[in-house]
Amino acid sequence: MGRVLVVTSGKGGVGKTTSAAALGAALAQDGQRVAVVDFDVGLRNLDLVMGAERRVVYDFIDVAQGQVRLSQALIRDKRIETLYLLAASQTRDKDALTDEGVERVIRELRQTFDWVICDSPAGIERGATLAMRYADIAAVVTNPEISSVRDSDRIIGLLDAKTQRAECGDQVDKYLLLTRYDPVRAGRGEMLNLEDVLEILSIPLLGIIPESEEVLRASNLGLPVTVGSADSVPARAYRDAVRRLRGEDVPVTVPKDGTLLNKLFRRRAA
Amino acid sequence: MNLFGALTRRRSASVASERLKILLTHERHLASQPDLVPILQEEIVKAVTKHVAVDPDKVQVSLERGDIASILEINIEVPTASAYQKKNGGPQVRAS
Repeated sequence: MGRVLVVTSGKGGVGKTTSAAALGAALAQDGQRVAVVDFDVGLRNLDLVMGAERRVVYDFIDVAQGQVRLSQALIRDKRIETLYLLAASQTRDKDALTDEGVERVIRELRQTFDWVICDSPAGIERGATLAMRYADIAAVVTNPEISSVRDSDRIIGLLDAKTQRAECGDQVDKYLLLTRYDPVRAGRGEMLNLEDVLEILSIPLLGIIPESEEVLRASNLGLPVTVGSADSVPARAYRDAVRRLRGEDVPVTVPKDGTLLNKLFRRRAA
Repeated sequence: MNLFGALTRRRSASVASERLKILLTHERHLASQPDLVPILQEEIVKAVTKHVAVDPDKVQVSLERGDIASILEINIEVPTASAYQKKNGGPQVRAS
């Protein structure tokens, strides 16, 4: 049975889609069977970030409504054999996605894949609540910035209340994925630092992704950063995050883009 | 730039962190007790209305969140006896 990971944040523009693509690709590069699912109906972008925008024929809603089979709508990545994408619908109404439809598709995906990664839309509306609804694990993507941290706190509250696990008296395993981090500015006290964010949100750390031009470059090319700039600092940070997701005990480093001297933080991810 | 400006410029992250901690303590509490302010407003106005006539539009409620305590401020405009008479069938005075 595969595991369901939701990539969520509340706030828009913090790096959910980039992270969903990068984590999905990194897991698949490890040989895991991965399906990345876009929940952003009407504003899909995962297809673009993964370079599959010209190959979308059927989408998530077509499958959820039973019009096509899941296998017809899944798009296989051109470079990584075990990586698949299920695109969101660009033209349908947001309400076309129903709880029953999502539950059925997720259940079916779990049977075929090791990992089902749900790329949540911003906000706390239907798309976002459905994306987290059946999750086992959540990566809460947060920028070191007050509005992002506040929204993440709200999302953590929803993960503890509105998910299937929460309703069964269980818990979604929540992890912090700190993105667009600039250790130099944080060190100067100009930006919230890792300790601040961890103390405020009180969830274990999955990884720190530095602010980096490689992320934009890879998305320009339609490649997850772990594929497009495999040796870059953010790609390494995503690969480390994936190793932690898979249960390895990898010490978290505060990555510095452009230098080889990464400060080692002997902090353990939970 | 004054001294405060110079300090906050250097240490703006610690200001951000403190503001967030205070705000989120309240928001987490409110999440478990939603709409507390409107409920308080309704019940306090109801209690006051038993004794004085109050225009519901002239009730202002504000909640200022502080680190140690919060201040709930409720301003109720209570009409003076003469204004009350005018409104309720007392001698009508024509405004000029």
